[in-house]
Amino acid sequence: MTTNSHNAAGPTQKTMEVVMALAIALFGLVVIAGSLKAGINWGAEGPRAGFFPFYIGIFIVASSGINHWHALQDGDSGLFAEWGQLRQVMSVVIPTGIYVGAMPFTGLYLASMIFIAWFMRWLGKYSWPMIAAVAIGMPVVTYLIFERWFLVPLPKGPIEEWLGL
Amino acid sequence: MEELVNLFHGFAVALQPFNIMVMVLGIVLGVLIGVLPGLGGANGVAILLPLTFSMSPTSAIIMLSCIYWGALFGGAITSILFNIPGEPWSVATTFDGYPMAQQGKAGEALTAAFTSSFVGALFAVIMITLVAPLVASFALQFGPAEKFAVYFLAFCSFVGLSKEPPFKTIAAMMMGFALAAVGLDSITGQLRLTFGFTELLNGFDFLIAVIGLFGIGEILLTMEEGLAFRGGNGKIDLRVVLKTWMGLPKFWMTSLRSCLIGCWMGVTPAGATPASFMSYGIAKRVAKNGKNFGKGEIEGVVAPETAAHAAGTAALLPMLSLGVPGSPTAAVLLGGLLIWGLQPGPMLFVEQKEFVWGLIASMYLGNLVGLLVVLTCVPVFAAILRVPFSIIAPLILVLCAIGAYSVHSSTFDVVLMLVFGVIGYLLKKCNYPLAPLVLAIVLGDKAEEAFRQSLLGSGGSLGIFFSNGLVSSIMVLGLIALFWSAIQEGWSRLRPPAAVA
Amino acid sequence: MKNSILRLALASVAALCVGSVPADAAWEPVRPVEFIVPAGTGGGADQMARTIQGIVTKHNLMKQPLVVINKSGGAGGEGFLDVKSSANNPHKIIITLSNLFTTPLATGIPFSWKDMTPVAMLALDEFVLWVNADKPYKTVKDYVDAAKAGGLKMGGTGSKQEDQIITVGIEKATGTKFTYIPYKGGGEVAVQLVGGHVDSTVNNPIEAVAQWRGGKLRPLCVFDSKPMNYDEQIADGKAWKDIPTCKSQGLDLEYVMLRGIFMGPKATKDQVQYYVDLFTKVRATPEWQDFMKSGAFNTTFMTGADYAKWVEGEEKRHETLMKEAGFIGTGN
Repeated sequence: MTTNSHNAAGPTQKTMEVVMALAIALFGLVVIAGSLKAGINWGAEGPRAGFFPFYIGIFIVASSGINHWHALQDGDSGLFAEWGQLRQVMSVVIPTGIYVGAMPFTGLYLASMIFIAWFMRWLGKYSWPMIAAVAIGMPVVTYLIFERWFLVPLPKGPIEEWLGL
Repeated sequence: MEELVNLFHGFAVALQPFNIMVMVLGIVLGVLIGVLPGLGGANGVAILLPLTFSMSPTSAIIMLSCIYWGALFGGAITSILFNIPGEPWSVATTFDGYPMAQQGKAGEALTAAFTSSFVGALFAVIMITLVAPLVASFALQFGPAEKFAVYFLAFCSFVGLSKEPPFKTIAAMMMGFALAAVGLDSITGQLRLTFGFTELLNGFDFLIAVIGLFGIGEILLTMEEGLAFRGGNGKIDLRVVLKTWMGLPKFWMTSLRSCLIGCWMGVTPAGATPASFMSYGIAKRVAKNGKNFGKGEIEGVVAPETAAHAAGTAALLPMLSLGVPGSPTAAVLLGGLLIWGLQPGPMLFVEQKEFVWGLIASMYLGNLVGLLVVLTCVPVFAAILRVPFSIIAPLILVLCAIGAYSVHSSTFDVVLMLVFGVIGYLLKKCNYPLAPLVLAIVLGDKAEEAFRQSLLGSGGSLGIFFSNGLVSSIMVLGLIALFWSAIQEGWSRLRPPAAVA
Repeated sequence: MKNSILRLALASVAALCVGSVPADAAWEPVRPVEFIVPAGTGGGADQMARTIQGIVTKHNLMKQPLVVINKSGGAGGEGFLDVKSSANNPHKIIITLSNLFTTPLATGIPFSWKDMTPVAMLALDEFVLWVNADKPYKTVKDYVDAAKAGGLKMGGTGSKQEDQIITVGIEKATGTKFTYIPYKGGGEVAVQLVGGHVDSTVNNPIEAVAQWRGGKLRPLCVFDSKPMNYDEQIADGKAWKDIPTCKSQGLDLEYVMLRGIFMGPKATKDQVQYYVDLFTKVRATPEWQDFMKSGAFNTTFMTGADYAKWVEGEEKRHETLMKEAGFIGTGN
C-alpha cells in the first residue's frame, strides 16, 4: 500500500479498481457456467433459457477485462479511502451484519432494539434514557403499524412466541 | 359531450361528504405506505381491501384508488430524502432529487416532485375522460413485439447518459441483466442460475437490490465521509412551496413531453418505470442545462415524476376497459372490482356508468386532495433531515431491513440487502454507474420475455420487430435514440478535452 | 398512543391466557393466520384468497386476522417450500392451484403435496376453449380443421403448467400442432386473444368472461365431463350452461384445476378440523356463492380422506401428462 502526500494510509483507487474488475469478471464466469447448465443454444422455439444469460456473461467478462486493463494502465493512484474511513464504514457494516444474521433467531424486534441502542450509544454518545426511548419506541411503533394495522407479519423470535404475539 | 355530462354526474357522486372523507383517509394511508419501504402500494391496497367491504363499491374504489395516489406521491419522499426509492418508478427521481436534498434544497425537490406528479396525473385523467375508448383500442395493438420495442426504446433513450467510462456502464448494465435472469425462466418454465439454492427461486427482487445499492450504500458513503447527512440546514417553511412554484412554469415543455410519454407508456402495458427512465433520459438530452443533470437540477425531478404519475394514472384505463392491470397495485385494484361484482372489460363503461365516472371524478379530486395533503407536509418531511445521523441512520437501516424482509417474507433477502449495500458502496467508489444496473434489473427479464414471446410467434424470425407500422416506428425511434447518444459522444470527443484539472 | 400500548399489553396478557387453555378444548388460532398464495397478485388463486379474506373479515368468522401473502417465486415453489418448512406452525395455510403438481415436476424443486396436510377442496376451476369472435371458427370442428392446416398460436399462462398441458392434450387428441406462447397472467392472455396476437386460449371462465360479454371472444367448449351449472345469460343469449363439453364436440379431453387448501405437514386433527369448519362457513355465505357464479366454478367440496385420494389421483395424472409432453425437468 502506498502512502500519499496526505500523510494518511489506505488502499489505492487503482488496487480497488483492479480487484473490482476481477470480482465482476468472476461473477460473469458464474453466470456463464449457470447458463451452460440451462442450455444456451437456439431451440426450435427460439432461444433457450440460458441463451441470453450466456451472452450477458460473456459481455460481463469482456468489459471487466477492458476495465481491468484500464485500471492497470492508467489507474488513479490516489487513495480509495483512508484506513480510518474504512474502519468507520466497517463499524456500520459489521454490526449490521450481526443484526441481519441474528434476525432469524431473535426475531426482528429484539435485534432492532439492541442494534439501535448500540448505534446511538457507540456513534452518538446519547444518554441512556434517550436511547431507551428510541430503541424501544421504534420497534413498538413498527409493531403497531406493520403487524396491527397493515397485517404484515415480521420475523419473530422466542420472546414474541412467549408473549404470544 | 355525453362524457362531460357523465363526468359532472361523477363529481356529484365523488363530492358526497362520506366520499370526501374516504378520499382524505385513503391519501393519508397511501402516503404512509409510500414512505415505509416495507409497504408497497400493492401491499397496502391488498390489505385494506377487506376493510372496504362495508362501503358501496364506488366509495370503496375511491378509497382504494386514493391509497394508490397517496402511495405514488409518497414514493418520491424517501427517494429525495434518503436516496431510497420505494417503487421502481421512483428510481429516476433519486438522480437529481437526492443531490438537491444534500444541497439543502429538499423542500424545493419535494415540492417539484409533488407538483409534477399532480400535473402528470391531471393530464392523464383528462386524456381518460376525453378519449378513453380510442385509447383502449390502441392498447390492444400491443403484442409481444410491440412491447419489446417499447422496452428497447426505454433502454436506448437511457443508455450512454452516464458520465462514467463506457465499459463500466456496460459491465454494470450487464450485471443487472444477469441478476434479472436468475430464477424461473418464464418461457421454458425452467430454473436457471439458481445453482440448486432454493433461496434463489425468487430471483433478485428490484426492491432488495435498490434498498441495498442506493439506501445502504449511501449510508456507508456517509459514514466514510463523517457522520452527517448533508443538507439538514435547508429552510423549512411553506414559503418554499410558493417559491418553487414560481420557477416551475418555465419547464412546461419538459412537463408536456413527460406527460405524453407517461400516458403512452401507461396505456401500453409497459408501465410507469420505463416512462420515468425514458422521460429523464430525453429531458437530459434536450434540456439546456442537461449537462448538470444528476447534480441536483430541478428539471431532473420534474421529468421522471410527471411521467411516472401520468403513466400510473393512465394505466388504470387498460385495467378498467380491458381487465389488464398495468402494475401489481393495479392488479389488486382489479381483484377488488371483481370481488364487488364489477367485471372490468369492454362492458364496464356501458353497464356501470355511475361507478366508472365516479371513479374518474375521484381521480381529479383525489389527486387534488393528495397534492394539498403532501404539500402541507413538505416542511415536516424536510425536517426529518435535521434529525442527527446517529439516530436516523439506525432507524433507516431497520426500516430497510423490514422493507427487504417483507418483499418475500424471507430473512435471506435481508442478508442480500446488506450484500447489495456493500457492493453498491464499492461500485460507487469505483465509478460504476448504478442507474443502468437498476434499470436492467427492473426491465431486463420483461424485455427478454417479450423478445422470446415474439420469436415464438414468428417462428424465430427477427422480421417481426419490423412487421407493422407501429412496431417499426417504435424500433426506429429506439435506434435514433441510440445513435443520438453515439453522435453526441462522438461530438464531445472531437472537441478538445475540457478542463479536467 | 399510550392507550394503544396499554391495549397491546392487555392483548398480550389475553393471548397468554388463551395459550394456556387446557389441551382438550378445540384448537383455535392464537395468532394471525398467514394465508399463502403461491402465485402473483391478481391471478385466480390470489383473487380467491382475497375474496375469502374479505368474507372472513366481513362475517367475523375468525377471532384472529387472516393475512394474505403472495409467494410466487419459482412458479409457486417458494410458497410450497415455505409451508413445507413450517411444520409446527398451524397458523399458516396455503391455497393451491395446478402448480402443486406441475412445479415440482417441471423444475425439480424438492417438494410434493405429501409434504403438506390436505385440508379441503374449495372448488374446481374450469377451462374453456376461447377464440376471437371475429374469427370464422363457430364450432370445435371448424377450429380443429383450421388447426390441422397448421400454424395456429395458442396463448396461455406460464410454461409447462396447466394451460400448456391442455394445449399438448389438444395436440394429441386431434393430431395437430400449435405454437404455444406463454404469458404472465390469465387476464393478459385474454387480451392478447382480443388483440389478435394469438389464435386461441384455454382461459378460466373468470379471466375471459368480460371479453365474452363485450362480444370480443367466443367460447367453443369446456374441458369438463359435464357442462357448467350456471344458466344466467352472459352474451348473445348464451349462458355458461350452453357451452358444450369438448368431449361432446369430438375433442376428447378433460381438465379441471384444483382450488384447495393445505397446511403444514405436522398439523393435528383439531387444527385441520378448525379450518374445515371455517371454510364450510365461508362456503355458506352469499358472497362466496356470487364469487362462484362470476367465475363459473365447479363447486365440488371435499375434505379428509376423499380429498387426499383425489389429490393423489391428480398427481398421478399430471405425472403421466407431463411425462408424455416431455415437461419433466431436473432442476438446476
